[in-house]
Amino acid sequence: MKKISILLLIFLLIFTTACTKNVETPTNTGQVEETQDETSQEQVEAKGSIILSTTTSTQDSGLLDFLLPIFTEETGIEVKTIAVGTGKALQMGRDGEADVLLVHSKADEIKFVEEGYGTERRDVMYNDYILVGPKDDPLNLKTDYPNNILEGLKRIAEKEAVFVSRGDDSGTHKKELSIWKTANIEPSGAWYLEAGAGMGDVLKITSEKQGYTISDRGTYLSMRDVLDLEIIIEGDENLFNQYGVIPVNPEKNPHVNIDAAIEFMNWITSDRVQDLIKEFGVEEYGQPLFIPNAK
Amino acid sequence: MNYILEGFKEAIRLLISLDKEVLSIVSLSIIVSTSATIFASIISIPLAVYFGIKKFKAKRLFSRITYTFMSIPSVIVGLVVAIILSRKGPFGHLNLLYTKNAMIIAQTLLVIPLVFGLTYGLTKSRGDVIERIAFTLGANKWDTIVLIIRELKVDILVNIATAFSRAISEVGAVMIVGGNIKGYTRVMTTTISMMNSMGDYPMAIALGIILLLISFIIHSLIYSYNRED
Repeated sequence: MKKISILLLIFLLIFTTACTKNVETPTNTGQVEETQDETSQEQVEAKGSIILSTTTSTQDSGLLDFLLPIFTEETGIEVKTIAVGTGKALQMGRDGEADVLLVHSKADEIKFVEEGYGTERRDVMYNDYILVGPKDDPLNLKTDYPNNILEGLKRIAEKEAVFVSRGDDSGTHKKELSIWKTANIEPSGAWYLEAGAGMGDVLKITSEKQGYTISDRGTYLSMRDVLDLEIIIEGDENLFNQYGVIPVNPEKNPHVNIDAAIEFMNWITSDRVQDLIKEFGVEEYGQPLFIPNAK
Repeated sequence: MNYILEGFKEAIRLLISLDKEVLSIVSLSIIVSTSATIFASIISIPLAVYFGIKKFKAKRLFSRITYTFMSIPSVIVGLVVAIILSRKGPFGHLNLLYTKNAMIIAQTLLVIPLVFGLTYGLTKSRGDVIERIAFTLGANKWDTIVLIIRELKVDILVNIATAFSRAISEVGAVMIVGGNIKGYTRVMTTTISMMNSMGDYPMAIALGIILLLISFIIHSLIYSYNRED
């Protein structure tokens, strides 16, 4: 009995490896065929792939799923996306675990480049945050302060309404903290929940607890059907959020694929791709999720 | 590379100074996993012994299904519990999702098959001798089950320890149903996972060390007891 199972296992192993090889070969030939109008074939191999370290919001909103296949098709560069908080994304850049970053915490990004970890930083696009809350809005924030996040947060803190914070050192979390700071409030107490989770999870927690939270518009819109939440405050300048792209500096980490990283930066800031970004989400939500503003 | 060493240094500092946050996270982990293990044991040990000595038609199939459920992924348990407890779910009115109780429920469901399966296997191989003795002594069904549990208590204890280890080390279920809320539902494994995505290692390493220590202590206790017996 034992012998048979070991044999089976070995067989299974051989079978799976054989399968992966079988699958790989046709795709390879397929790629070659696609790029047959030549010169590019060698380039494709040389360029290889890049690791894009980015934030959960670009991944969760579906923007990358929309853009990256186009990039790969046009340039032959495979992009491996790792979606983490901005803090971790920058750390990955410092450790040379990523080739290019697409993050949104401008002050940290500028510091990152100044310290020599990135070669340069360019604006890509911005999106905006919204304050979402229960549909019946017990604090009447929607009628009183539809475009004033600072007054809204003041009332939440005063009335100690449940507020769910990302609490995970992500770009969104940093943004939220900076808005509290601008409003001169130090949020703490039983009403202020620090989730330590991604945006989707935090929205679900907020919906369950019928509290308030600050979310990026894209994640909220993509999940609103499963949430008992509504947009309460929007359009305040304090809620805007700038994304930047940074190629990781190969001087610090020699194995960084800098050529491909720069190509990615040029591509995502090009006029054509900026137009694509502007179209993204319009069909589904009636409004763009990201406003391109590369210079 | 430096940050790994720094992480270890900071971790030891956190451990020695009995950092308040670390303590609250560790104690919540222990409370949740201990409760879950106790509930699961109470429910499944008598049942496992009952089915272990009982002879019925599809016992082989039953064994296989049981052993399959023993390795059920924790995220699946988490997902099912989250769906049932969410506001729109059948038990939504209880407001349990993202609370400590939801975590206990999820972990209980997670380890029930484990305690059941291990004890069931144990009884199947060693229970019938005891059952025959019980039968000659004129015991009824319930007395027999009690006798078997008594006779096999050391091995059952090992099973319970295994279940506890599984509960305290899983992250999928508690992350989904607990939400990793600071001071409420944040346990060791969810903290480690979060600290990693924040790129902040010291606390993660400290908790990792504690997690290993807890396992070590529990298994040492069990095995020292085992030898005395």
